[in-house]
Amino acid sequence: MRHTNRAISTAVSAETIERELEEGLDRPSDAVARYALGLGDDALILAQRLGEWIAHAPELEEDVALGNIGLDLLGHARSFLTYAGSAWGLGEDDLAYFRDEHEFRNQQLFERPNGDFAHTIARQLFASVYFDALYRRLTSSADATLAAIAAKALKEVEYHVDHSVQWVRRLGLGTDVSHVRMQAGLDAMWPFVDELFRPDPSAAGLEGVAVPPEELRDPFDRTVPAVIAEAGLRVPDIPAARGGGRDGMHTEAFGHLLAEMQVLARQHPGATW
Amino acid sequence: MADEKRVWALAATVCDPEVPVLTIEDLGVLRAVHVDSGSGADGAERGETPVVTVEITPTYSGCPAVDAMRDDILSTLDRAGYRDVTVRTVLAPAWTTDWMSDEGKAKLEAFGIAPPAPRGTGGRVGLGLGIRCPRCGSLHTREVSHFGSTSCKALYVCQKCGEPFDHFKAH
Repeated sequence: MRHTNRAISTAVSAETIERELEEGLDRPSDAVARYALGLGDDALILAQRLGEWIAHAPELEEDVALGNIGLDLLGHARSFLTYAGSAWGLGEDDLAYFRDEHEFRNQQLFERPNGDFAHTIARQLFASVYFDALYRRLTSSADATLAAIAAKALKEVEYHVDHSVQWVRRLGLGTDVSHVRMQAGLDAMWPFVDELFRPDPSAAGLEGVAVPPEELRDPFDRTVPAVIAEAGLRVPDIPAARGGGRDGMHTEAFGHLLAEMQVLARQHPGATW
Repeated sequence: MADEKRVWALAATVCDPEVPVLTIEDLGVLRAVHVDSGSGADGAERGETPVVTVEITPTYSGCPAVDAMRDDILSTLDRAGYRDVTVRTVLAPAWTTDWMSDEGKAKLEAFGIAPPAPRGTGGRVGLGLGIRCPRCGSLHTREVSHFGSTSCKALYVCQKCGEPFDHFKAH
């Protein structure tokens, strides 16, 4: 008897994409795929960083919270990477595990080392407010797949904003030590904020599909300085880092992150888990 | 049509691996069933294999339970004789706890998980309703962490009976 029952990968789902390709629909152009790759890499690399906290957070609830946030981000990454890869005949794993440093398109904020808990919270504040602004706009993208991924992600990112805002307040208004360390965290991550709003070559020419990053600066500026001030902290006045993540330029810490993320898949090619 | 109802009923017996009292129908994860019986209504009589597509939607983007649900749907339908089954994961429209059935909410509470309240519909003032302790029924409870043992749950503690409990977040 014919027996073809098949399971389909999750994410926006490789199968959905295969079916759409058969119907000649919705295959992303190379330009849309390159844009989706950048968004997928941002989410993937931050998910990996947050995973490093598991069993190391200051309290059990935070182990669980940071792990959950990382899991949400990993879900967003899988959807974006599956979609991007479909343009090139590559799967999500090919993109995650078999590219080298200079081929990753994530912005540098997301690869910054965890530092202490306050450093991670500062990075989470900047990252989640940025994701919130981005996905809010991307839900009306002319590309139906990008819009669907964004609509799903937005509901989850709202929790992430809430989590980081609460912690910035708690640490800023807590003890003298927590205040000093929260300020140090904001100062350490601040140079990597500017890159998030620089014109992105992969978004240019995709009018109505991609969100121009420079348009996200306004919602960010309306939220983040107010949160920082409310927590009794200073908005850092520190020059921006060089950036270049979207062009494959990364900070020294990034190679170490990739080594840990990719070692299993590269040592045991074809392994499934 | 009768075939689609039968497949839906079979798929609807699959439970959430993390919350085994809830079926994927209770959760609102089961979205659609399509059956193509081949060439016309007498296809089955001629021994043709119906082509089945089941659509599910993930609760949260990264929820690993989706994989288990998909495998369970495939094996349940396989045991019922359906040999050509595809389970599709669809993202739009995004899942919401508003799709959870009242029966599902009652089962959750009986299982010891406080069920989700209806979500606000964009009113001017956000009202956080008290979450009722599933053990003693008190509304005097406190959120310990917005993130719990799975993506869909928050961790609460009852200030009356002192017991910690999970709350299925309105999403």
